[in-house]
Amino acid sequence: MKRYNVQIILAVALAILAYLAQEEIIGKYALSVLMFMGINVILSTSLNLVNGYMGEFSCGHAGFMAVGAYVSSVLGVMLFAKDKVFGPALLDPSLSIWVFPLIVIIGGIAAALAGLLVAIPSFKTRGDYLAIITIAANYIVISVVENIDTIGGARGFMGMKSVVKAMGKTIDMPWMPIWVFIFTILSVWIIRRFISSTFGKGVPAINQDEIAAEIMSVNTNKMKMVAFMLSSGLAGVAGALFAYILGYVNPGSFTILKSTEVLVMVYLGGMGSLSGSVLSAILFTLLLEALRPLQIIKWVVVPFLLILLMQFRPEGIMGNRELPDFFPRLKRFYAFKD
Amino acid sequence: MSLLEIKSMTHRFGGLKAVSELNISIEPGRVEGLIGHNGAGKTTVFNLVSGFYTPTEGNIIVDGQDTGGLKPHQVTALGVARTFQNIRLWKDMTVLDNIRISQHHRLGYSFFDAVMRTKRYMKRESEITAEAYKLLEELSLVDFANEYPKNLPYGTQRKVEIARALSVKPKLLLLDEPAAGLNSSDVVTLINLVKWISDNFPVTIWMIEHHMDVVMELCSHIVCIDFGETIAEGTPEEIRNNPAVISAYLGDDNI
Repeated sequence: MKRYNVQIILAVALAILAYLAQEEIIGKYALSVLMFMGINVILSTSLNLVNGYMGEFSCGHAGFMAVGAYVSSVLGVMLFAKDKVFGPALLDPSLSIWVFPLIVIIGGIAAALAGLLVAIPSFKTRGDYLAIITIAANYIVISVVENIDTIGGARGFMGMKSVVKAMGKTIDMPWMPIWVFIFTILSVWIIRRFISSTFGKGVPAINQDEIAAEIMSVNTNKMKMVAFMLSSGLAGVAGALFAYILGYVNPGSFTILKSTEVLVMVYLGGMGSLSGSVLSAILFTLLLEALRPLQIIKWVVVPFLLILLMQFRPEGIMGNRELPDFFPRLKRFYAFKD
Repeated sequence: MSLLEIKSMTHRFGGLKAVSELNISIEPGRVEGLIGHNGAGKTTVFNLVSGFYTPTEGNIIVDGQDTGGLKPHQVTALGVARTFQNIRLWKDMTVLDNIRISQHHRLGYSFFDAVMRTKRYMKRESEITAEAYKLLEELSLVDFANEYPKNLPYGTQRKVEIARALSVKPKLLLLDEPAAGLNSSDVVTLINLVKWISDNFPVTIWMIEHHMDVVMELCSHIVCIDFGETIAEGTPEEIRNNPAVISAYLGDDNI
Protein backbone atom coordinates (compact mmCIF):
# COMPACT_ATOMS: atom_id res chain seq x y z
CA MET A 1 0.00 0.00 0.00
CA LYS A 2 2.78 2.34 0.99
CA ARG A 3 4.27 2.13 -2.48
CA TYR A 4 1.22 3.48 -4.25
CA ASN A 5 0.07 6.19 -1.83
CA VAL A 6 1.79 9.06 -3.58
CA GLN A 7 0.77 7.91 -7.01
CA ILE A 8 -2.85 7.73 -5.89
CA ILE A 9 -2.73 11.15 -4.29
CA LEU A 10 -1.24 12.64 -7.46
CA ALA A 11 -3.79 10.96 -9.72
CA VAL A 12 -6.65 12.22 -7.54
CA ALA A 13 -5.13 15.71 -7.48
CA LEU A 14 -4.90 15.68 -11.27
CA ALA A 15 -8.51 14.54 -11.60
CA ILE A 16 -9.72 17.25 -9.22
CA LEU A 17 -7.68 19.90 -11.02
CA ALA A 18 -9.05 18.81 -14.39
CA TYR A 19 -12.60 18.79 -13.05
CA LEU A 20 -12.32 22.21 -11.45
CA ALA A 21 -10.82 23.67 -14.60
CA GLN A 22 -13.38 22.03 -16.85
CA GLU A 23 -16.39 23.21 -14.85
CA GLU A 24 -14.72 26.60 -14.48
CA ILE A 25 -15.11 26.47 -10.72
CA ILE A 26 -11.69 28.05 -10.43
CA GLY A 27 -11.40 31.12 -12.55
CA LYS A 28 -9.02 31.68 -15.44
CA TYR A 29 -6.77 33.81 -13.27
CA ALA A 30 -6.38 31.24 -10.48
CA LEU A 31 -5.79 28.57 -13.08
CA SER A 32 -3.03 30.53 -14.76
CA VAL A 33 -1.37 31.15 -11.38
CA LEU A 34 -1.47 27.41 -10.76
CA MET A 35 0.08 26.69 -14.15
CA PHE A 36 2.88 29.21 -13.63
CA MET A 37 3.47 27.59 -10.28
CA GLY A 38 4.07 24.29 -12.06
CA ILE A 39 6.44 25.91 -14.53
CA ASN A 40 8.35 27.59 -11.73
CA VAL A 41 8.64 24.24 -9.97
CA ILE A 42 10.21 22.70 -13.09
CA LEU A 43 12.56 25.68 -13.47
CA SER A 44 13.75 25.83 -9.88
CA THR A 45 14.21 22.07 -9.42
CA SER A 46 16.13 21.75 -12.67
CA LEU A 47 18.36 24.71 -11.85
CA ASN A 48 18.95 23.27 -8.40
CA LEU A 49 20.53 20.25 -10.07
CA VAL A 50 23.34 22.47 -11.38
CA ASN A 51 23.52 25.22 -8.77
CA GLY A 52 22.71 23.18 -5.69
CA TYR A 53 23.80 19.63 -6.29
CA MET A 54 26.72 20.27 -8.62
CA GLY A 55 27.78 23.52 -6.98
CA GLU A 56 28.25 25.44 -10.19
CA PHE A 57 26.69 28.83 -10.70
CA SER A 58 24.54 28.80 -13.80
CA CYS A 59 22.70 32.04 -14.50
CA GLY A 60 21.55 31.35 -18.03
CA HIS A 61 18.58 29.14 -17.29
CA ALA A 62 16.14 31.38 -19.16
CA GLY A 63 18.20 30.95 -22.32
CA PHE A 64 17.48 27.22 -22.38
CA MET A 65 13.88 27.96 -21.57
CA ALA A 66 13.79 30.17 -24.67
CA VAL A 67 15.18 27.37 -26.83
CA GLY A 68 12.46 24.99 -25.64
CA ALA A 69 9.76 27.64 -26.02
CA TYR A 70 10.71 28.63 -29.56
CA VAL A 71 11.41 25.15 -30.90
CA SER A 72 8.13 23.75 -29.64
CA SER A 73 6.13 26.82 -30.65
CA VAL A 74 7.47 26.86 -34.19
CA LEU A 75 7.01 23.12 -34.51
CA GLY A 76 3.44 23.22 -33.16
CA VAL A 77 2.40 26.15 -35.32
CA MET A 78 4.05 24.63 -38.39
CA LEU A 79 2.23 21.33 -37.94
CA PHE A 80 -1.19 22.35 -36.71
CA ALA A 81 -1.95 25.99 -37.44
CA LYS A 82 -2.22 28.33 -40.36
CA ASP A 83 0.56 30.84 -40.27
CA LYS A 84 1.69 33.71 -42.47
CA VAL A 85 5.23 32.40 -42.75
CA PHE A 86 4.87 28.65 -42.39
CA GLY A 87 1.74 28.35 -44.49
CA PRO A 88 -1.19 26.02 -43.86
CA ALA A 89 -1.14 23.26 -41.25
CA LEU A 90 0.87 20.24 -42.32
CA LEU A 91 -1.17 17.78 -40.27
CA ASP A 92 -4.82 17.52 -39.38
CA PRO A 93 -5.32 19.80 -36.31
CA SER A 94 -7.26 17.03 -34.57
CA LEU A 95 -3.99 15.09 -34.33
CA SER A 96 -2.51 17.83 -32.18
CA ILE A 97 -3.93 16.22 -29.08
CA TRP A 98 -1.59 13.25 -29.46
CA VAL A 99 1.41 15.08 -30.80
CA PHE A 100 1.43 17.89 -28.24
CA PRO A 101 3.38 16.06 -25.50
CA LEU A 102 5.85 14.99 -28.17
CA ILE A 103 6.30 18.62 -29.23
CA VAL A 104 7.00 19.63 -25.65
CA ILE A 105 9.56 16.82 -25.31
CA ILE A 106 11.24 17.83 -28.58
CA GLY A 107 11.48 21.36 -27.18
CA GLY A 108 13.18 19.84 -24.14
CA ILE A 109 15.60 17.82 -26.29
CA ALA A 110 16.52 20.91 -28.29
CA ALA A 111 17.20 22.79 -25.08
CA ALA A 112 19.29 19.88 -23.78
CA LEU A 113 21.41 20.10 -26.94
CA ALA A 114 21.74 23.84 -26.38
CA GLY A 115 22.92 22.90 -22.89
CA LEU A 116 26.07 21.54 -24.51
CA LEU A 117 26.98 25.18 -25.05
CA VAL A 118 27.60 25.31 -21.31
CA ALA A 119 28.40 21.66 -20.61
CA ILE A 120 31.48 21.44 -22.82
CA PRO A 121 33.21 24.56 -21.44
CA SER A 122 32.45 23.23 -17.94
CA PHE A 123 34.96 20.40 -18.45
CA LYS A 124 37.80 22.86 -18.02
CA THR A 125 36.17 25.84 -16.34
CA ARG A 126 34.72 26.23 -12.89
CA GLY A 127 33.07 28.71 -10.59
CA ASP A 128 32.92 32.38 -11.53
CA TYR A 129 34.33 31.76 -14.99
CA LEU A 130 31.67 29.21 -15.79
CA ALA A 131 29.03 31.60 -14.46
CA ILE A 132 30.18 34.13 -17.05
CA ILE A 133 29.91 31.48 -19.75
CA THR A 134 26.33 30.74 -18.74
CA ILE A 135 25.44 34.43 -18.96
CA ALA A 136 27.02 34.48 -22.41
CA ALA A 137 24.99 31.43 -23.42
CA ASN A 138 21.82 33.22 -22.33
CA TYR A 139 22.73 36.25 -24.46
CA ILE A 140 23.64 34.09 -27.45
CA VAL A 141 20.23 32.43 -27.44
CA ILE A 142 18.37 35.74 -27.07
CA SER A 143 20.40 37.42 -29.81
CA VAL A 144 19.91 34.53 -32.21
CA VAL A 145 16.15 34.60 -31.67
CA GLU A 146 16.01 38.39 -32.06
CA ASN A 147 17.77 38.17 -35.38
CA ILE A 148 15.74 35.43 -37.05
CA ASP A 149 12.96 37.29 -38.82
CA THR A 150 10.93 34.21 -39.79
CA ILE A 151 10.07 33.60 -36.15
CA GLY A 152 9.24 37.21 -35.51
CA GLY A 153 12.57 38.46 -34.22
CA ALA A 154 12.22 40.86 -31.34
CA ARG A 155 8.48 41.22 -32.02
CA GLY A 156 7.82 37.71 -30.81
CA PHE A 157 6.00 34.73 -32.17
CA MET A 158 2.36 33.70 -31.80
CA GLY A 159 -0.19 31.20 -33.01
CA MET A 160 0.12 28.61 -30.27
CA LYS A 161 -3.35 29.46 -28.98
CA SER A 162 -4.88 27.87 -32.07
CA VAL A 163 -2.99 24.64 -31.37
CA VAL A 164 -4.34 24.61 -27.82
CA LYS A 165 -7.84 25.37 -29.16
CA ALA A 166 -7.53 22.53 -31.65
CA MET A 167 -6.76 20.17 -28.81
CA GLY A 168 -9.82 21.37 -26.90
CA LYS A 169 -11.99 20.99 -29.98
CA THR A 170 -10.99 17.36 -30.48
CA ILE A 171 -11.67 16.29 -26.91
CA ASP A 172 -13.15 18.94 -24.66
CA MET A 173 -10.82 18.95 -21.69
CA PRO A 174 -8.62 21.60 -20.06
CA TRP A 175 -5.48 20.30 -21.74
CA MET A 176 -2.96 22.90 -20.68
CA PRO A 177 -3.44 22.51 -16.89
CA ILE A 178 -3.34 18.73 -17.33
CA TRP A 179 -0.11 18.75 -19.28
CA VAL A 180 1.56 21.29 -17.01
CA PHE A 181 0.65 19.13 -14.05
CA ILE A 182 1.95 15.94 -15.69
CA PHE A 183 5.22 17.49 -16.86
CA THR A 184 5.82 19.11 -13.47
CA ILE A 185 5.42 15.79 -11.67
CA LEU A 186 7.52 14.07 -14.32
CA SER A 187 10.37 16.58 -13.96
CA VAL A 188 10.54 16.34 -10.20
CA TRP A 189 10.30 12.56 -10.45
CA ILE A 190 13.16 12.30 -12.95
CA ILE A 191 15.42 14.58 -10.92
CA ARG A 192 14.65 12.78 -7.68
CA ARG A 193 15.35 9.35 -9.11
CA PHE A 194 18.50 10.57 -10.82
CA ILE A 195 19.87 12.25 -7.74
CA SER A 196 19.13 9.36 -5.39
CA SER A 197 20.87 6.77 -7.58
CA THR A 198 24.53 5.96 -7.10
CA PHE A 199 25.04 7.18 -10.66
CA GLY A 200 23.48 10.55 -9.85
CA LYS A 201 25.39 10.89 -6.59
CA GLY A 202 28.43 11.46 -8.77
CA VAL A 203 27.06 15.01 -9.19
CA PRO A 204 27.34 16.07 -5.52
CA ALA A 205 30.67 14.19 -5.42
CA ILE A 206 31.95 16.65 -8.03
CA ASN A 207 30.63 19.48 -5.88
CA GLN A 208 32.34 18.29 -2.72
CA ASP A 209 35.69 17.30 -4.19
CA GLU A 210 36.16 17.20 -7.92
CA ILE A 211 39.71 15.82 -7.81
CA ALA A 212 38.70 12.98 -5.54
CA ALA A 213 35.72 12.26 -7.79
CA GLU A 214 37.87 12.07 -10.90
CA ILE A 215 40.44 9.84 -9.21
CA MET A 216 37.90 7.61 -7.50
CA SER A 217 36.42 6.40 -10.79
CA VAL A 218 33.75 9.06 -11.47
CA ASN A 219 33.81 10.17 -15.09
CA THR A 220 33.42 13.84 -14.19
CA ASN A 221 33.07 15.06 -17.76
CA LYS A 222 30.23 12.65 -18.41
CA MET A 223 28.52 13.56 -15.13
CA LYS A 224 28.76 17.28 -15.90
CA MET A 225 27.33 16.68 -19.34
CA VAL A 226 24.41 14.64 -17.97
CA ALA A 227 23.69 17.20 -15.25
CA PHE A 228 23.83 20.23 -17.55
CA MET A 229 21.82 18.55 -20.31
CA LEU A 230 19.17 17.28 -17.92
CA SER A 231 18.91 20.68 -16.28
CA SER A 232 18.67 22.63 -19.53
CA GLY A 233 16.39 20.02 -21.09
CA LEU A 234 13.88 20.39 -18.30
CA ALA A 235 14.17 24.18 -18.58
CA GLY A 236 13.26 23.67 -22.25
CA VAL A 237 10.17 21.69 -21.26
CA ALA A 238 9.19 24.49 -18.90
CA GLY A 239 9.73 27.00 -21.70
CA ALA A 240 7.57 25.00 -24.10
CA LEU A 241 4.70 24.86 -21.62
CA PHE A 242 5.16 28.57 -20.85
CA ALA A 243 4.83 29.39 -24.55
CA TYR A 244 1.64 27.38 -24.97
CA ILE A 245 0.04 28.81 -21.85
CA LEU A 246 0.64 32.40 -22.96
CA GLY A 247 0.13 31.68 -26.64
CA TYR A 248 2.81 34.24 -27.35
CA VAL A 249 6.55 34.34 -26.84
CA ASN A 250 9.08 37.09 -27.32
CA PRO A 251 12.78 37.16 -26.53
CA GLY A 252 12.12 39.74 -23.80
CA SER A 253 10.59 37.09 -21.54
CA PHE A 254 13.79 35.05 -21.46
CA THR A 255 16.41 37.61 -20.51
CA ILE A 256 18.85 37.40 -17.65
CA LEU A 257 16.11 38.84 -15.42
CA LYS A 258 14.10 35.66 -15.80
CA SER A 259 17.21 33.63 -15.00
CA THR A 260 17.68 35.70 -11.87
CA GLU A 261 14.10 35.02 -10.84
CA VAL A 262 14.79 31.28 -11.05
CA LEU A 263 18.03 31.72 -9.12
CA VAL A 264 16.10 33.48 -6.36
CA MET A 265 13.74 30.51 -6.14
CA VAL A 266 16.63 28.08 -5.84
CA TYR A 267 18.35 30.06 -3.10
CA LEU A 268 15.07 30.70 -1.32
CA GLY A 269 14.35 26.98 -1.16
CA GLY A 270 17.81 25.86 -0.23
CA MET A 271 20.70 24.54 -2.27
CA GLY A 272 20.66 20.83 -2.83
CA SER A 273 17.14 20.38 -1.50
CA LEU A 274 14.60 19.18 -4.02
CA SER A 275 11.58 19.63 -1.77
CA GLY A 276 12.92 23.07 -0.87
CA SER A 277 12.93 24.05 -4.53
CA VAL A 278 9.38 22.83 -5.02
CA LEU A 279 8.21 24.65 -1.94
CA SER A 280 9.99 27.90 -2.77
CA ALA A 281 8.70 27.88 -6.35
CA ILE A 282 5.15 27.62 -5.03
CA LEU A 283 5.72 30.29 -2.36
CA PHE A 284 7.50 32.62 -4.74
CA THR A 285 4.71 32.42 -7.32
CA LEU A 286 2.11 33.13 -4.64
CA LEU A 287 4.19 35.94 -3.21
CA LEU A 288 4.52 37.65 -6.58
CA GLU A 289 0.77 37.38 -7.10
CA ALA A 290 -0.04 38.57 -3.59
CA LEU A 291 2.18 41.60 -4.02
CA ARG A 292 0.65 42.47 -7.39
CA PRO A 293 -1.43 45.38 -5.92
CA LEU A 294 1.83 47.06 -4.97
CA GLN A 295 2.61 47.26 -8.68
CA ILE A 296 6.11 48.49 -9.35
CA ILE A 297 6.96 48.68 -5.63
CA LYS A 298 6.76 44.87 -5.68
CA TRP A 299 10.27 44.84 -7.11
CA VAL A 300 11.46 46.72 -4.09
CA VAL A 301 9.73 44.48 -1.59
CA VAL A 302 10.75 41.12 -3.11
CA PRO A 303 14.48 41.84 -3.28
CA PHE A 304 14.28 43.29 0.21
CA LEU A 305 12.79 40.01 1.45
CA LEU A 306 15.73 38.31 -0.22
CA ILE A 307 18.16 40.48 1.70
CA LEU A 308 16.40 39.56 4.94
CA LEU A 309 16.51 35.87 4.02
CA MET A 310 20.23 35.96 3.28
CA GLN A 311 20.84 37.75 6.57
CA PHE A 312 18.87 35.46 8.82
CA ARG A 313 18.72 32.14 6.98
CA PRO A 314 21.44 32.06 4.33
CA GLU A 315 20.97 28.33 3.69
CA GLY A 316 17.43 28.90 2.40
CA ILE A 317 14.13 27.64 3.75
CA MET A 318 15.12 23.99 3.77
CA GLY A 319 18.89 24.22 3.89
CA ASN A 320 20.44 21.02 2.62
CA ARG A 321 17.61 18.90 3.92
CA GLU A 322 14.51 17.32 2.47
CA LEU A 323 10.93 17.30 3.75
CA PRO A 324 11.13 14.02 5.72
CA ASP A 325 14.01 15.44 7.75
CA PHE A 326 11.53 17.94 9.14
CA PHE A 327 8.46 15.71 9.20
CA PRO A 328 9.62 12.15 9.86
CA ARG A 329 6.02 10.96 9.81
CA LEU A 330 5.90 11.47 6.05
CA LYS A 331 8.07 8.37 5.74
CA ARG A 332 5.07 6.32 6.66
CA PHE A 333 3.46 7.22 3.37
CA TYR A 334 6.40 7.11 1.07
CA ALA A 335 9.82 5.51 1.00
CA PHE A 336 11.95 8.59 0.41
CA LYS A 337 15.32 6.91 0.13
CA ASP A 338 15.07 4.01 -2.26
CA MET B 1 56.02 -9.52 -14.77
CA SER B 2 55.88 -6.43 -12.68
CA LEU B 3 52.54 -4.89 -11.87
CA LEU B 4 53.65 -1.34 -12.40
CA GLU B 5 56.48 -0.26 -14.59
CA ILE B 6 57.64 3.32 -14.85
CA LYS B 7 59.98 3.69 -17.79
CA SER B 8 62.31 6.68 -18.01
CA MET B 9 59.54 9.04 -16.93
CA THR B 10 60.17 12.77 -16.88
CA HIS B 11 57.74 15.44 -15.81
CA ARG B 12 58.23 19.16 -16.07
CA PHE B 13 56.19 21.96 -14.54
CA GLY B 14 57.16 24.78 -16.86
CA GLY B 15 60.92 25.05 -16.36
CA LEU B 16 60.99 22.89 -13.24
CA LYS B 17 61.91 19.26 -13.68
CA ALA B 18 59.89 17.58 -10.93
CA VAL B 19 60.62 14.04 -12.04
CA SER B 20 63.52 13.12 -14.25
CA GLU B 21 64.32 9.87 -16.02
CA LEU B 22 62.67 7.80 -13.33
CA ASN B 23 62.64 4.02 -13.66
CA ILE B 24 60.70 2.08 -11.08
CA SER B 25 59.07 -1.29 -11.21
CA ILE B 26 56.72 -2.63 -8.57
CA GLU B 27 56.40 -6.37 -8.10
CA PRO B 28 52.94 -7.77 -7.35
CA GLY B 29 51.93 -8.85 -3.88
CA ARG B 30 54.36 -6.72 -1.90
CA VAL B 31 54.31 -3.59 0.19
CA GLU B 32 56.77 -1.14 -1.29
CA GLY B 33 57.87 2.26 -0.12
CA LEU B 34 58.74 5.54 -1.77
CA ILE B 35 60.71 7.94 0.37
CA GLY B 36 62.55 11.20 -0.08
CA HIS B 37 62.52 14.53 1.66
CA ASN B 38 59.97 17.27 1.07
CA GLY B 39 59.77 18.41 -2.53
CA ALA B 40 61.63 15.39 -3.82
CA GLY B 41 58.75 14.65 -6.22
CA LYS B 42 57.08 11.73 -4.46
CA THR B 43 53.52 12.99 -4.68
CA THR B 44 54.16 14.06 -8.27
CA VAL B 45 55.07 10.44 -9.03
CA PHE B 46 51.79 9.30 -7.48
CA ASN B 47 49.85 11.94 -9.39
CA LEU B 48 51.47 10.71 -12.57
CA VAL B 49 50.74 7.06 -11.84
CA SER B 50 47.10 7.75 -10.96
CA GLY B 51 46.69 9.63 -14.24
CA PHE B 52 46.15 13.05 -12.74
CA TYR B 53 49.16 14.38 -14.66
CA THR B 54 50.41 13.08 -17.97
CA PRO B 55 54.18 12.55 -18.01
CA THR B 56 56.14 14.89 -20.29
CA GLU B 57 58.26 11.94 -21.39
CA GLY B 58 58.32 8.24 -20.71
CA ASN B 59 55.68 5.63 -20.05
CA ILE B 60 53.72 4.19 -17.17
CA ILE B 61 52.64 0.60 -17.66
CA VAL B 62 50.03 -0.86 -15.32
CA ASP B 63 49.60 -4.61 -15.60
CA GLY B 64 50.87 -4.63 -19.16
CA GLN B 65 48.83 -1.64 -20.29
CA ASP B 66 50.25 1.76 -21.11
CA THR B 67 48.29 4.45 -19.27
CA GLY B 68 49.41 7.20 -21.62
CA GLY B 69 46.46 9.40 -22.59
CA LEU B 70 44.06 7.81 -20.12
CA LYS B 71 41.97 9.96 -17.80
CA PRO B 72 42.27 9.37 -14.04
CA HIS B 73 38.96 7.51 -13.83
CA GLN B 74 40.10 5.20 -16.62
CA VAL B 75 43.34 4.50 -14.78
CA THR B 76 41.26 3.71 -11.71
CA ALA B 77 39.22 1.26 -13.76
CA LEU B 78 42.50 -0.43 -14.72
CA GLY B 79 43.07 -1.12 -11.04
CA VAL B 80 44.95 1.77 -9.50
CA ALA B 81 43.40 3.37 -6.43
CA ARG B 82 44.91 5.93 -4.13
CA THR B 83 44.49 7.94 -0.98
CA PHE B 84 45.57 11.51 -0.49
CA GLN B 85 48.01 13.25 1.79
CA ASN B 86 45.25 15.54 3.05
CA ILE B 87 42.12 13.43 3.29
CA ARG B 88 39.81 13.94 0.36
CA LEU B 89 36.60 12.21 1.31
CA TRP B 90 33.26 13.59 0.17
CA LYS B 91 32.53 15.17 3.51
CA ASP B 92 28.80 15.73 3.18
CA MET B 93 27.97 12.22 2.07
CA THR B 94 27.73 9.20 4.31
CA VAL B 95 30.59 6.72 4.55
CA LEU B 96 28.40 4.23 2.71
CA ASP B 97 27.83 6.67 -0.14
CA ASN B 98 31.54 7.44 -0.25
CA ILE B 99 32.15 3.76 -0.92
CA ARG B 100 29.27 3.35 -3.35
CA ILE B 101 30.14 6.34 -5.50
CA SER B 102 33.62 4.90 -6.00
CA GLN B 103 32.02 2.08 -7.98
CA HIS B 104 31.20 4.38 -10.89
CA HIS B 105 33.54 2.48 -13.23
CA ARG B 106 31.51 -0.69 -12.85
CA LEU B 107 28.00 0.55 -12.26
CA GLY B 108 26.70 -1.40 -15.22
CA TYR B 109 23.60 0.70 -15.76
CA SER B 110 22.80 3.89 -17.60
CA PHE B 111 20.97 7.14 -16.88
CA PHE B 112 17.74 5.64 -18.20
CA ASP B 113 18.04 2.60 -15.95
CA ALA B 114 18.41 4.97 -13.01
CA VAL B 115 15.35 7.03 -13.95
CA MET B 116 13.16 4.07 -14.87
CA ARG B 117 14.41 1.96 -11.94
CA THR B 118 14.79 -1.04 -14.20
CA LYS B 119 15.56 -4.55 -12.98
CA ARG B 120 19.19 -4.09 -13.93
CA TYR B 121 19.37 -0.92 -11.84
CA MET B 122 17.77 -2.56 -8.82
CA LYS B 123 20.05 -5.58 -9.05
CA ARG B 124 23.26 -3.57 -9.45
CA GLU B 125 22.36 -1.08 -6.70
CA SER B 126 21.67 -3.85 -4.20
CA GLU B 127 24.86 -5.66 -5.20
CA ILE B 128 26.90 -2.48 -4.81
CA THR B 129 25.34 -1.76 -1.42
CA ALA B 130 25.91 -5.33 -0.24
CA GLU B 131 29.55 -5.23 -1.34
CA ALA B 132 30.04 -1.88 0.37
CA TYR B 133 28.62 -3.23 3.61
CA LYS B 134 30.80 -6.33 3.35
CA LEU B 135 33.93 -4.23 2.95
CA LEU B 136 32.95 -1.95 5.82
CA GLU B 137 32.33 -4.99 7.96
CA GLU B 138 35.73 -6.44 7.13
CA LEU B 139 37.40 -3.19 8.10
CA SER B 140 35.13 -2.89 11.17
CA LEU B 141 33.79 0.43 9.93
CA VAL B 142 30.22 -0.75 9.63
CA ASP B 143 29.12 1.28 12.66
CA PHE B 144 30.02 4.44 10.76
CA ALA B 145 28.19 3.48 7.57
CA ASN B 146 25.61 6.23 7.96
CA GLU B 147 27.89 8.81 9.54
CA TYR B 148 29.27 11.80 7.73
CA PRO B 149 33.07 11.76 7.40
CA LYS B 150 33.30 15.32 8.72
CA ASN B 151 31.98 14.06 12.07
CA LEU B 152 34.54 11.26 12.40
CA PRO B 153 37.91 11.45 14.17
CA TYR B 154 40.91 11.98 11.93
CA GLY B 155 42.26 8.45 12.29
CA THR B 156 38.91 6.97 11.30
CA GLN B 157 38.67 9.31 8.33
CA ARG B 158 42.03 7.93 7.16
CA LYS B 159 40.71 4.42 7.51
CA VAL B 160 37.54 5.31 5.60
CA GLU B 161 39.66 6.76 2.83
CA ILE B 162 41.68 3.56 2.64
CA ALA B 163 38.40 1.59 2.61
CA ARG B 164 37.14 3.76 -0.23
CA ALA B 165 40.29 3.09 -2.21
CA LEU B 166 40.00 -0.64 -1.53
CA SER B 167 36.39 -0.69 -2.67
CA VAL B 168 37.57 -0.03 -6.22
CA LYS B 169 39.10 -3.52 -6.04
CA PRO B 170 42.50 -2.21 -7.06
CA LYS B 171 45.53 -4.24 -8.07
CA LEU B 172 47.74 -1.38 -6.97
CA LEU B 173 46.93 0.73 -3.94
CA LEU B 174 48.83 3.99 -3.60
CA LEU B 175 48.95 5.39 -0.08
CA ASP B 176 50.16 8.98 0.05
CA GLU B 177 51.52 9.56 3.56
CA PRO B 178 48.91 7.48 5.39
CA ALA B 179 50.47 8.26 8.76
CA ALA B 180 50.54 12.05 8.31
CA GLY B 181 48.82 13.78 11.18
CA LEU B 182 48.13 10.62 13.17
CA ASN B 183 49.04 10.23 16.83
CA SER B 184 51.31 7.39 17.94
CA SER B 185 48.54 4.94 18.82
CA ASP B 186 46.80 5.63 15.48
CA VAL B 187 50.10 4.95 13.74
CA VAL B 188 50.29 1.50 15.33
CA THR B 189 46.70 0.82 14.21
CA LEU B 190 47.61 1.96 10.73
CA ILE B 191 50.63 -0.34 10.55
CA ASN B 192 48.46 -3.29 11.55
CA LEU B 193 45.77 -2.27 9.08
CA VAL B 194 48.17 -2.05 6.15
CA LYS B 195 49.70 -5.42 7.09
CA TRP B 196 46.26 -6.93 7.36
CA ILE B 197 45.16 -5.52 4.00
CA SER B 198 48.29 -6.77 2.32
CA ASP B 199 47.68 -10.26 3.76
CA ASN B 200 43.96 -10.45 3.04
CA PHE B 201 43.43 -8.61 -0.23
CA PRO B 202 44.98 -9.39 -3.61
CA VAL B 203 46.53 -5.97 -3.73
CA THR B 204 50.00 -4.49 -4.04
CA ILE B 205 50.61 -1.49 -1.84
CA TRP B 206 52.96 1.33 -2.67
CA MET B 207 53.27 3.98 -0.03
CA ILE B 208 54.87 7.37 0.46
CA GLU B 209 55.78 7.91 4.07
CA HIS B 210 57.89 10.17 6.23
CA HIS B 211 57.62 8.13 9.43
CA MET B 212 60.68 5.94 8.99
CA ASP B 213 59.48 3.42 11.57
CA VAL B 214 56.31 2.86 9.50
CA VAL B 215 58.28 2.41 6.29
CA MET B 216 60.90 0.16 7.83
CA GLU B 217 58.22 -1.93 9.52
CA LEU B 218 55.97 -2.41 6.51
CA CYS B 219 57.91 -2.23 3.28
CA SER B 220 59.92 -5.06 1.84
CA HIS B 221 61.42 -2.85 -0.83
CA ILE B 222 62.01 0.88 -0.79
CA VAL B 223 62.88 3.44 -3.42
CA CYS B 224 64.40 6.72 -2.32
CA ILE B 225 64.18 9.69 -4.68
CA ASP B 226 65.69 13.12 -4.58
CA PHE B 227 65.06 15.93 -7.09
CA GLY B 228 62.94 13.48 -9.06
CA GLU B 229 65.72 10.96 -9.50
CA THR B 230 66.22 7.59 -7.89
CA ILE B 231 69.16 7.79 -5.54
CA ALA B 232 68.83 4.41 -3.89
CA GLU B 233 66.66 1.35 -3.75
CA GLY B 234 66.66 -1.90 -1.86
CA THR B 235 65.49 -3.53 1.33
CA PRO B 236 64.90 -1.39 4.43
CA GLU B 237 68.26 -2.55 5.78
CA GLU B 238 70.11 -1.47 2.65
CA ILE B 239 68.31 1.87 2.56
CA ARG B 240 69.09 2.56 6.19
CA ASN B 241 72.79 2.20 5.58
CA ASN B 242 72.96 3.75 2.15
CA PRO B 243 75.28 6.80 2.21
CA ALA B 244 73.30 8.56 -0.55
CA VAL B 245 70.08 8.32 1.47
CA ILE B 246 71.80 9.48 4.62
CA SER B 247 73.29 12.48 2.89
CA ALA B 248 69.96 13.34 1.25
CA TYR B 249 68.19 13.22 4.57
CA LEU B 250 70.84 14.54 6.93
CA GLY B 251 72.95 16.65 4.61
CA ASP B 252 76.52 16.10 3.49
CA ASP B 253 79.41 15.83 5.93
CA ASN B 254 81.82 17.88 3.92
CA ILE B 255 80.10 21.23 3.83
